[in-house]
Amino acid sequence: MPAKLYTKDHEWLQIGEDGLATIGITEHAQSALGDIVFVELPEPGRSVAKAEACAVVESVKAASDIFAPLAGTVTENNPMIVEDPALINKEPESGGWFFKMRLADPAAIAELLDKAAYDALLDTQ
Amino acid sequence: MDGGFVLKTPLDTLHRRLGGRMVGFAGYEMPVQYEGIIAEHLACRNKAALFDVSHMGQAELNDAAAFEKLVPGDIIGLKPGRQRYTLLLNEAGGIVDDLMVANLGNRFQIVLNASRKHADLKHLAEFGVAVRELPDRALLALQGPKAAGMLPEGASLSFMGAGEFEIAGIACVVTRSGYTGEDGFEIGCAAEFGPALAEALLARGAVPAGLGARDSLRLEAGLCLYGNDIDESTNPVAANLTWALAKRRKMAWDFLGAEPIRIALENGTAEKLVGIRVEGRAPARAGTVIRSSNGKTIGRVTSGTFGPSLNVPVALGYVRSDCAADATSLELLIRDKAIPGIVSPLPFIPHRYVR
Repeated sequence: MPAKLYTKDHEWLQIGEDGLATIGITEHAQSALGDIVFVELPEPGRSVAKAEACAVVESVKAASDIFAPLAGTVTENNPMIVEDPALINKEPESGGWFFKMRLADPAAIAELLDKAAYDALLDTQ
Repeated sequence: MDGGFVLKTPLDTLHRRLGGRMVGFAGYEMPVQYEGIIAEHLACRNKAALFDVSHMGQAELNDAAAFEKLVPGDIIGLKPGRQRYTLLLNEAGGIVDDLMVANLGNRFQIVLNASRKHADLKHLAEFGVAVRELPDRALLALQGPKAAGMLPEGASLSFMGAGEFEIAGIACVVTRSGYTGEDGFEIGCAAEFGPALAEALLARGAVPAGLGARDSLRLEAGLCLYGNDIDESTNPVAANLTWALAKRRKMAWDFLGAEPIRIALENGTAEKLVGIRVEGRAPARAGTVIRSSNGKTIGRVTSGTFGPSLNVPVALGYVRSDCAADATSLELLIRDKAIPGIVSPLPFIPHRYVR
């Protein structure tokens, strides 16, 4: 599988063998949010614009929007994190994924950060 | 905070060493959490948690009669060794602050909200109540069912008892009270000994807990937060704080703001503070619009979070008084969706005070 890519909003995106992009939040993001108690996910079939708020996570303290890293159509969401939102804290970059989408323009992944660039971003924060 | 400088409590170095995540609160840098809000919340419900509340205002006074002119509680009748919750009122019967007052025998100690202490002292001075500010004090809260076992020095106190004790060689003012609904103590000492006192209590097994857990604990316990659930425009009757009106004071009505409170008691208020259980898992935060089950706006949420002990979202809010009865169905407008809720008796979690 290709390597994960990242956004400045602390989300990750990974293209699978089926060509679909899986989206989640980073380890840094889950740690900053703290205990997650609720998540609201986009329904399959929804088309989203780049940077559109399309999911919500609620920690004990506050609600945060999750943005679509790129434009596309949602194909699937992760019922496991709806059932057990704490899974996002435990496995943010694997089992705690949020949704999958078919990208409107697969070449647009060039706009995202690679791991080195994302780590550099974290170092500045 | 305005002006850009931030105050630190005497425990600042300890918070950072314990991995506290520091946030701004009432002008202070305070730990919002260490390990995590839910773990700290549950540690308080099941064991004992230690909170730094040194940002709160501490002061002393002697003239109970002068103080009584601004509060509806029976302070003259407060016996040595006893503490009482009371309200500092304005002319309109609004709440300037909610506070604890303890009779320590030769003086009264008051503990004020951090965000209100300056306004309170100004208000007290305006009405000629002489108060000695105690800026160089630390204040810790040891809360939870294991707190009494960890603090044998305070064993002689019952709920709302107050006294002076030596703990780990440090002179302390101890009250058996708190802001979590659990048994526990609030312990004040000189600022310079705050870190040593905290270390001693941690060594006895207390789990450090931050402001995040403090908020979720008090909300489950149905306790108001000044600035959210009550403020200068709040009539105590609307906030269900009529229990803070002492019998003698309700006969004489001889305190500031008495008349609007007397009228509210007699005629009721347009709105009432209620507890709300929210269906599902999404918390209804402060500001959330409350509607009746037929879609009419009837109020707003003033505090809301996810209750870690109840495992459901809980909120406090004001609703029209005719919609305030227990078990009334209502709707909460969360992100434009109407989520069902129900008016619930407070506290959400029974208090476990040792009387």
